[in-house]
This record gives sequence, structure tokens and C-alpha cells, in this order.
Amino acid sequence: MNIMQLFRSRKAEGSAAIAKERLRIIVAHERGSRNGRDFLPAMERDILKVVQKYIAVQQECIDIKLDAQDGCSILEVNVQLPD
Amino acid sequence: MARIIVVTSGKGGVGKTTTSASIATGLALKGHKTVVIDFDVGLRNLDLLMGCERRVVYDFVNVINAEAELHQALIRDKRTENLAILPASQTRDKEALTLEGVEKVLNQLSKDFDFIVCDSPAGIEHGAMMALYFADEAIITTNPEVSSVRDSDRILGILQSRSRRAVENLEPVKEHLLLTRYNPDRVLRGEMLDIQDVEEILAIPLLGVIPESTAVLKASNQGVPVVCNNDSDAGQAYSDVVARFLGEEVPHRFLEPPKKGFLQRMFGGIG
Repeated sequence: MNIMQLFRSRKAEGSAAIAKERLRIIVAHERGSRNGRDFLPAMERDILKVVQKYIAVQQECIDIKLDAQDGCSILEVNVQLPD
Repeated sequence: MARIIVVTSGKGGVGKTTTSASIATGLALKGHKTVVIDFDVGLRNLDLLMGCERRVVYDFVNVINAEAELHQALIRDKRTENLAILPASQTRDKEALTLEGVEKVLNQLSKDFDFIVCDSPAGIEHGAMMALYFADEAIITTNPEVSSVRDSDRILGILQSRSRRAVENLEPVKEHLLLTRYNPDRVLRGEMLDIQDVEEILAIPLLGVIPESTAVLKASNQGVPVVCNNDSDAGQAYSDVVARFLGEEVPHRFLEPPKKGFLQRMFGGIG
């Protein structure tokens, strides 16, 4: 390690960590749709319809993610409600 | 029967042709009869990296269209015994390759060679599909960078669903990860994905790591595959990759930044 590195933030805070996290998510997402789990967009539309029955939300207010980590799949549905 | 190896990546500019040239040459140097085929119809470049661009008379498409015999199109390498190059056509469009045509040529080559290395074009279009369809093994050339890793994963999906082995329900294509343009210095600084990151995301076995090296550009300038440069880090790394591909146990090298002198260690390398 040189003197300059003493003053520099170390590995964990580097941009590589961000790259890895972004890749992990996008790759899991794309693999999901590859393995016949192409139902996400359709499910997103259905969930939106149900939500819209009760609350006036726009298409872009809903975000659905399917993430796989350590053999466990996480379905994340994010609906941004109007004020 | 020859083993058919595709060198592929999805993304362009990651080092597929450099890798094809060096692995084919490395296999031939080890005494295996090897042919390397350029599948990049319209954008031929393997001939340049192999230093035989002025010896191209007939090409892959000529052979498929029966305008030339295979032996007329094959270029015997001048430096390395046991090595031949089948150049791509520079004038046709990519659709000139057909599955039947490619299969016929591969079958013919299979009789005379131990290894057939297919240098894939970038992308996932026709040319890339033709290059990977008949593969027994795939070398997924990947840079430690987001778009390259994502595209490699895409190509893995295609290998697993649309290659001949997948379509005919045979044993799957054997996948190998080759990490190229690896810069240990930047990895240490947290600016570049490290080997474990990429292995973890792509989940395929690591065949080797080629360090980012000035020797690669020098090799392409000269038209001599970098594996022939035994003094260079990249050349030695490719030699290791070939040995490992042939089943030898070879430790990975060049994963750490080169050792620096005292003054450099104290003050060098700002930023």
C-alpha cells in the first residue's frame, strides 16, 4: 500500500461494488424471463388493475422485481401511492 | 472427431478474436491439429491477427457455395505447424452462412483436425448463432465490466437453449469463463469487478484470466498471436489457459498487481 492509498477509501466503497449489485439484480431478472417466467409483465398489469380498482395510480407508479439470492426468490412489488 | 470450440461473448471488443488466435495457436503449439474459423462475415479480422491477410484467396462462404474446395480456402500457418485458418468472406452479408453449409464444412474439417476453434462475431444475430450452434465447448470471453458480464449471461442462455446440443437434448455445451483485460491494480482499488464477482454472477467454471496488457496491441500490430510472445504476461496467461483447457493443472497467474519498487510504493500511482 502506498501513502496515497492510506487516504483513500478502500475496496468496499469503490464503484465495483455498485457494479456487482446492479449486475446481480439485472442478471437474475433476465434469467427469470429466460426460464419461462415471462409472466412478470402480465402480472404487473394485473396487479395494477387490482390496485387501480381502489386507488387512482398510474402505470409508472408500479415496479415489480423478481430477485434470486442464495436459493431464495424474492418478489418485490412497489406501488407508489399518490399523495 | 474434432472438438468444436466456440469463442463467444455477446459484446464486441472484449477480445474474442485475440483469444481465438491465441488459443488456436496454443493448441497447435502443443501438437494438436487445429483449425480456426472466422465467422464474422463482412468484418473479417482473424486473418489480420494471425498475420495471413495477404494470403487469403478463397473464404468460408466460397467453400459453402461450392465455389472453392476446402483445401483451397484453408491457409496453413507459416509460424506454427498443425495450424490452419479459414477466413471469413469480406464481401458477402451474414446470411451467406447456412446451418447446412456450416455443418458440411465442420464435418469435413472434423476428419483432419483435433480442434476446430470458431471465432464468433459480436451480437446474437445470425453469424453468432452459426458460430455457436455446433459447439461442444464454449469459451465465454468476458471483461470485468457490467455490459460485458450481462451480455455473457445472455449468450450462456442462448447456448443452453438454442445450440445443437440443447435442441437435440444432448449433453450440454461445456462452458468456460475467460476473463480478459483484467486489471489487478484497479480491482485492488475497488474500481473493477474482481474474479469472484464475475464467477459468482455467471456461475460457470473459470478457465483463465488474461491481464490487461500492452502486449496484446503489439501482437495485433505485428500479426503474431500474443500467445507466441513468451515474455509477456498476456502471452504466458494464454499459454496457461491452453494447458488448462487440455486438462493440465496450472495455477492462475497475474492476479495481483506487479510488484513495485520502493519509491513507486511510497509515492507512485496516484489516482
